[in-house]
Amino acid sequence: MTTNLLQLPEMEYLLPGNRACAGCSIGIAFRHVTKALDGKAVLVVPASCFTVLCGMYPTSSVTLPVVNCTFPSTAAVASGISASLKKQGRHDIATVAIAGDGGTADIGIQALSGAAERNTDLLFICYDNEAYMNTGTQRSSMTPLGARTTTTPNYGKQQYSKDVPAIMEAHNIPYIATASPGYPGDLYDKVYKARFMTGCRYMHLSAPCPAGWHFPAADTVTVARNAVESGAFVLYEIENGHFRLTGKSLRLAEKDKRISVGEYLSGQGRFAKTDDDTIALLQEQVDARWTEITARHFQENPGS
Amino acid sequence: MAVKSPSVAVITGNNAAAEAARLARVDVIAAYPITPQSGVVEALAAYVESGKLNAEFVNVESEHSAMGVCIGAAVAGSRVFTASSANGLAYMSEQLSWVAGSRLPIVMGCANRAMSAPWNVLNDQQDAMSQRDHGWIQLYCRDNQEIFDTFLQAFRIAELLSLPVMVCYDGFILSHTVMPVEIPDQAAVDAFLPALTPQIIVDNSDPRNINPVTLANPRENGSGTLCHGYMEFRYLMQEAHQEALNTIESVDAEYASAFGRSSGGLCWTYGPEDAEVIMVAAGSLANEATVAADLLEETGLRAGVLGIRSYRPFPDAAVARALKKARRVIVFDKSLTYGYGGPIFIDVQAALFRHQVTPEVHGYIAGLGGRDINARQLAEAVTESMGWDRAQQGPKPTSWLNLQL
Repeated sequence: MTTNLLQLPEMEYLLPGNRACAGCSIGIAFRHVTKALDGKAVLVVPASCFTVLCGMYPTSSVTLPVVNCTFPSTAAVASGISASLKKQGRHDIATVAIAGDGGTADIGIQALSGAAERNTDLLFICYDNEAYMNTGTQRSSMTPLGARTTTTPNYGKQQYSKDVPAIMEAHNIPYIATASPGYPGDLYDKVYKARFMTGCRYMHLSAPCPAGWHFPAADTVTVARNAVESGAFVLYEIENGHFRLTGKSLRLAEKDKRISVGEYLSGQGRFAKTDDDTIALLQEQVDARWTEITARHFQENPGS
Repeated sequence: MAVKSPSVAVITGNNAAAEAARLARVDVIAAYPITPQSGVVEALAAYVESGKLNAEFVNVESEHSAMGVCIGAAVAGSRVFTASSANGLAYMSEQLSWVAGSRLPIVMGCANRAMSAPWNVLNDQQDAMSQRDHGWIQLYCRDNQEIFDTFLQAFRIAELLSLPVMVCYDGFILSHTVMPVEIPDQAAVDAFLPALTPQIIVDNSDPRNINPVTLANPRENGSGTLCHGYMEFRYLMQEAHQEALNTIESVDAEYASAFGRSSGGLCWTYGPEDAEVIMVAAGSLANEATVAADLLEETGLRAGVLGIRSYRPFPDAAVARALKKARRVIVFDKSLTYGYGGPIFIDVQAALFRHQVTPEVHGYIAGLGGRDINARQLAEAVTESMGWDRAQQGPKPTSWLNLQL
């Protein structure tokens, strides 16, 4: 059973009044991430929106130790902390790397691949807001087809986004999961599970961004939920190679009642000028993916 | 406890570096292979696998990550080690800046090698010189014993000042050449180099945000205390470098009293007190210059050598003091700041000007990309330089030794 919101620990580790933009989904997500970690972690953060959320010297909005690092080296710096804690025989805290999609899928992927190949004892969490938001919404490899960014200003992005969890699965690491701030119970459960595992764990978080996706700040949770309900973002976990749909996505697989991708994208200014053919391509991509993942889910979980 | 007499090993410069790291009891090692550095980390990997060294060895996928791992481990309180050369060092460049700004006492080796393009794996000092301004202390070694001694001193210096130290030694010339090296026993090293007292602790009961965005101006914290702006942090880094001018000398003196061997502190001299001409260089080239000085003495020219051991901080006062009696100073650089001249040449001139010492200074670029330099060539360069008449010919342009255009 997914943890109910009322069952979540009351202790808060992200302080209110931080420097994130209005309606930022990262605050929602990491409020629950840090609850699931019970505050017993050191966070490793490259240049990213999370750096902004953390605040400027000498104040901080996070009550956990935070180690800032250069943009490409998140997983390497986390590997160093993990190695040092191991050498010291310390098991009291988890090493948790937190990077955006650029810091994970683009500039950070080499160090991440290295850490994953070594099966380094750390949890790497990518919050995917689908572009370089901290620098003003430039295209990343995680920007979806058709989305307008400041570096794809006229026609929208011409390529599909990368499937980073699939890349991570190719590294044979013990745990991979996706989660959404729209479904905090599912997110909490996955982080809680990952926390007590050893080896390299990877989580990919959907992170709708009002400022960069151009939707009202009050709609963040709705957009996050629509991403899942349309099937554009899928909630699942792969534990020691075993794939399982979770939460809302599991119910969507059973009932096949996904909303259309067009509906999910309709409130987002970044897709306002995207033509119908491109939206149709995105729908095809989602449908093809769901054919694959539902087959995999029912094959690997025959009783469900 | 009685200190056992040291053993003498006949080893390469790379192995001397690895022996020092082992005896320094480093906790975490991260490295990526590059010629001519690879031997250091191969030796350390073997020590860790055989249980001779109790450390975590992290086989990273790049030099950028090698220094990333060192940063993480040092922040968490470990004594760390890595080494690189040339392109590898350049690839970790932004990390070098991050290490210094973080005031982490990281010690690394640089087996000096030419920068590409075109590809060249042989020795010069362009790699380390190109990374000069990040805030690392740079110490240059003249032989394998000095590599061993300097690494042990480097950990002590780094940890006293919270500044990183790069120990530079010439690729192949030292890294791959065997020489006798005295290796003290562990107890003696432990007495000289106590366990690291980490400055930054990952502690959830006292959580810190390490290296967040820092504004230009000082800013108040939650309790109203005014805290440093970016510029104050940078000033303190410079102040630590100024202090390093004393620390490098005092640590070398401590080392000499513990092990009976000095590496010269900031810089060392060779030859007669009243040398008419003094050759200046860093690393193994300075050693070669001592042979050239002897050759020149035989011809009746009183010649000496000033070996630059600490390039950053640059010991301007000590350099001026060492050169004040010379009529002519000839600086041999194994690197070049393109569009001007050799970096040591430039700094020596500035030091002399600052201290109002006015011998004529000539610059030579030598040994780039492994071009052989022998004592005879150095002596010939000195003879050529002595014949230069500034009044007639003007300032002598920088010459390239053994250039075959």
